[in-house]
Amino acid sequence: MSTGWLIAIVIGIGAVAYLMAAQKARGLAAAADRSKGEVPHSLPAYHGWFAFILATLPAIALFLVWSFATGFIVEGKITAEVSSRIADPAQASLAVGIVHDAVRALEALGLTGDKVPPTFLALREAASAAQFSISEAGADYMVTLAAEVSNDHAMYRIIGQILVVLASAGGAYFAYRQVRLRLRARNKVERVVLSTLVVASTVAVLTTIGIVLSMLGETIRFFSEVNPLGFFFGTVWDPRFAAAGSGGSEGQFGLIPLLAGTLYIAAVSMLFAVPIGLMSAIYMGEYASPKVRSIVKPLLELLAGIPTIVYGIFALITMGPFLRDLSAALAGGTPFIQAQSVLTAGLVMGVMLIPLVSSLSDDVITAVPRAMRDGSLALGATRSETIRRVILPAALPGIVGALLLTGSRAIGETMIVVLAAGVAAKLTINPLEAMTTITVKIVSQLTGDLEFNSPQTLVAFALGLTLFVVTLGMNIYALYIVRKYREQYE
Amino acid sequence: MTDSALAPSAMAAPAAQRRDFGLKRRHASEARFRFYGITAIVIGLAFLIILFVSIISKGYTAFVQTSITVPVEFSEQIIDKNNERATDPLKLRAANYPLVARNAVAAFLGIDPTDKAAMKAAGDLVSDSSRVQLREIVQADPSIVGQTRTVTLLASGDIDSANKGQIDLSVAEANRKVSDKQLELLNQLKEKGAVSMPFNWGLLTFGASSRPESAGLGVALIGSLFMMLVVLIVSLPIGVAASIYLEEFARKNRFTDLIEVNINNLAAVPSIVFGLLGLAVFINFFGMPRSAPIVGGLVLSLMTLPTIIIATRAALRSVPPSIRTAALGVGASKTQMVFDHVLPLAVPGILTGTIIGLARALGETAPLLLIGMVAFVADMPQNPLQPATALPVQIFMWTNEAERAFVERTSGAIIVLLVFLAIMNITAIVLRRRFERRW
Repeated sequence: MSTGWLIAIVIGIGAVAYLMAAQKARGLAAAADRSKGEVPHSLPAYHGWFAFILATLPAIALFLVWSFATGFIVEGKITAEVSSRIADPAQASLAVGIVHDAVRALEALGLTGDKVPPTFLALREAASAAQFSISEAGADYMVTLAAEVSNDHAMYRIIGQILVVLASAGGAYFAYRQVRLRLRARNKVERVVLSTLVVASTVAVLTTIGIVLSMLGETIRFFSEVNPLGFFFGTVWDPRFAAAGSGGSEGQFGLIPLLAGTLYIAAVSMLFAVPIGLMSAIYMGEYASPKVRSIVKPLLELLAGIPTIVYGIFALITMGPFLRDLSAALAGGTPFIQAQSVLTAGLVMGVMLIPLVSSLSDDVITAVPRAMRDGSLALGATRSETIRRVILPAALPGIVGALLLTGSRAIGETMIVVLAAGVAAKLTINPLEAMTTITVKIVSQLTGDLEFNSPQTLVAFALGLTLFVVTLGMNIYALYIVRKYREQYE
Repeated sequence: MTDSALAPSAMAAPAAQRRDFGLKRRHASEARFRFYGITAIVIGLAFLIILFVSIISKGYTAFVQTSITVPVEFSEQIIDKNNERATDPLKLRAANYPLVARNAVAAFLGIDPTDKAAMKAAGDLVSDSSRVQLREIVQADPSIVGQTRTVTLLASGDIDSANKGQIDLSVAEANRKVSDKQLELLNQLKEKGAVSMPFNWGLLTFGASSRPESAGLGVALIGSLFMMLVVLIVSLPIGVAASIYLEEFARKNRFTDLIEVNINNLAAVPSIVFGLLGLAVFINFFGMPRSAPIVGGLVLSLMTLPTIIIATRAALRSVPPSIRTAALGVGASKTQMVFDHVLPLAVPGILTGTIIGLARALGETAPLLLIGMVAFVADMPQNPLQPATALPVQIFMWTNEAERAFVERTSGAIIVLLVFLAIMNITAIVLRRRFERRW
């Protein structure tokens, strides 16, 4: 019986419980003698939901606990067995992985009891015939172990399923017994609903915790192999390749070239996006007629809806070659702008950021009180003077916040730089050459076949954590500024 | 006398100066300022136009595919020389179908079979995918062996590019992918009316392939569809529930403040960080399969959650308090008030926000690269646990291919992606226009 069926059965029991409890409540309500003050507390449907909840929730909770607990027990068994034979922890963890594969193959092929292949080689052949690949570094004892484990799995699963169905039926029966005229079913149901809502709203917090914990764990593992000083202050990025099994050859993981490239490209993009975004927001808010605004504003916002991969390809196949050919024509032959360069990536990223800058600064500018604008105009200032001397200074903190938010977007942007900035990690101040960024290196370290325990892959998490901390700091500070600024004028 | 005579003019001069305190200069600077504004907008719009024009002009040709229709003789000599197909089904699978295709083109053009160079050129006109196509015809109906049937074969990628005029013919023959002989044969085929340019359904239905003419977005579309379903199933209920709690039930305290700050920050966390989360938590910790749409869907759900929450809260907030007080006034409990009265009125706003969130998730690439969606998947996934790619990831992978025809397909795939995004956003706008109530 698969898990899907089990859940379907539990929900079926819940549905029956709903119907029976509601029916009973309806009968009680009909029989109640209202002249003696016998009034039902809750509607029959609430009694039904009460029974449904009792029939399903504890059963599902039991199922989850049971799955985790038995999974843990089986895992312990494998580890104990393997580590009693192999002393080296790295080798042992490889062997554990092979046993897992073997278990999966046995279960998928339905091989139990006598049908289990006698040797590892035989299992491997049987598995590869069914499109399962198992590492060849296995031994025969693993087959026996895998067979035992798959037996355990089957046994635990059947026991678990029986327990879950029993719990569901028990919950339904208990709830049915509980149904009385004065049962406060509505309050109980509403309490469950409310706790569901609370749990749902903690998902955001859990995600943040998950991000921090997962990256922190891998980062600590990375720093146990690589000196943190070498990472944060190293100026050479040369991670080399992870050789399978060897734990990776020595590489150099200097953050500085990546950080410099990231900040440089972000700066170029801001240099391009901020004046254009800000000026178009000002023009749209102060000068444009409603008709022009209703056409141009959605058009500019289209830029925000285009996926970043599209910008990346635009940079790769249009902007980069165009700039290269342009520079070749200017210099008469050899191009002085490379197709993949800080300028290309920055320019295209700037286009992407225009609508962001424009909508954020639009919010900030409209938040400046009308009275300040009117006062300035009444004193005889022209519109541009009002904007430059009154509105912009008043909106400055908000604009700074908006720029910080935009900057954090630019730093975290991935696809454009992957396609347009290049992969060579070097330190240069020439924007016409290629540089690389943190995000590019995260992608290049984690795509393709990977050996998960090597510093070459773990460094991606250290880079990710750095990126997360930097952008989080910028975001929090920006939100703080914007919020404080709004309060000032409210 | 002179003093008094001078006085008025002396008084007038400063007055005239005061009237003219730099107005000309100030108006000029006003005009300049407006000009900057217009320039900024024009630059923004220009980039928008350049972007669309460059993508569409490079990509529209991907929607047609050069095909060659010739009578194919399913020669028994080639397919099954010793007549073993009744006993050995492998025989039909492993037969030399490219040879069949080559001979068909050569026979149609009347090429002398001893002219090796011409025969090779004829074979190169047809895509390698004809192997699969012809094999399927034979396997579906083995009695066809020995007969002749007219079949439409895909032209190979380079011939397709040449036929669309995308290969620079002024380059020396040795330096280009298409030889003069091939071009000559192609022109002969054209004269005989065997070359057609039908709509390229393969672009939307084929799986991954290393040959451009038989590479398509089929797997990517299915993968993206599965992911969107996962996002919808996971993030819509959680997002709506969280918003209801925060907007209707929660008191303002440290805990709810923490949640709010978190949601705002999650909306601004770089998307690649979510990919790292998915890799570390879903794949390494929970042991979910790599390249599977379910993992991609979960990662995208976490990213979409803030968008949905923010939209839902705005929708809930726009329901006027009178609805709430009226419901409470007639004796509804708070839960009943929220679920029976407020929530139904907020549905259009929630749906609009959800569609916009889904559209954003559909275009997201970076996190999917980290959870192994960069995979060569030729078979259609049957469920969200099987390997698949996603639409933007497929586009990314095609940029790494060298052939000219892949450049065209990359842009064609972008057009497909943009069409989907446009449909979703227009749906959202229509929903908002039609159902949004102003109170």
